[in-house]
Amino acid sequence: MSIWEYANPVKFIRTTDLVLPWIAAGAAICLVTGLIWGVFFTPDDYRQGSTVKIFYIHVPAAMMAINAWAMMLVASLIWIIRRHHVSALAARAAAPVGATFTVIALATGALWGQPMWGTWWAWDPRLTSFLVLFLFYLGYMALWSAIENDDTAADLTSILCLVGSVFAILSRYAVLFWNQGLHQGASLSMDAAENVADVFWYPALVCIAGFVLLFVALVFLRTQTEIRARRARALLARERQS
Amino acid sequence: MKLDLGKYAFEVLTSYGVSLGLIALLVGVSVARARRVRAELAKVEKRLKPHG
Repeated sequence: MSIWEYANPVKFIRTTDLVLPWIAAGAAICLVTGLIWGVFFTPDDYRQGSTVKIFYIHVPAAMMAINAWAMMLVASLIWIIRRHHVSALAARAAAPVGATFTVIALATGALWGQPMWGTWWAWDPRLTSFLVLFLFYLGYMALWSAIENDDTAADLTSILCLVGSVFAILSRYAVLFWNQGLHQGASLSMDAAENVADVFWYPALVCIAGFVLLFVALVFLRTQTEIRARRARALLARERQS
Repeated sequence: MKLDLGKYAFEVLTSYGVSLGLIALLVGVSVARARRVRAELAKVEKRLKPHG
């Protein structure tokens, strides 16, 4: 069995229909468990007080904002190289999800930053690159909507996605590149000495799993919708011609 | 399950309110559009079926 079998729209819809309810249920369970665990059953931080509870939603949202763009990049490359429509539609489907996660990361970051840094916003490398990433999400969605021909839209948005990937990478590594600004380095690390304490780490892991599953469930659902919408447009076009 | 957020209650509660609200909106819009497009496609396919 090859992964390219799922480039067949019928096969994609049939397979994702089977797994979607399980992934959605997993997302709901992980999110509810992780957030309740984090909010109600973890201590306040000795310096940040109760604002540390924003961590459980800010960090997973920020991670997924970047990873959603990475997924769109892979899907766009598949479109450019192999011309599979499902991959282009999957990239289109992921954009609003990634944009929403970016807004959540920016909003929760501002709400966390105000009491900790004394400001809602600063032109810090990571914050600025995240804002630019959000603008790229808006531009990407606008470009898809502005072009009537699906293949042309897929071509142009794929190029935009490649360009925007620079800012997705900057959003992740800006702190390391410039080593300045208000935002601290990575909160989560494979190095136990740098990672947050276990009491915060375990509920955060559950929340991250919840965000990943939510993203996958929404991308599957929205890709199915894009495939159906494309088929409806094609049928209507054929009807007009005949 | 007692929650005491102290002087940062506004920031924490607003963060969760905004985030969960946006997620609920995203899920709601995605499900509603999925249903609408599925119904539209079914209608188009039904109409075109006699013509093959």
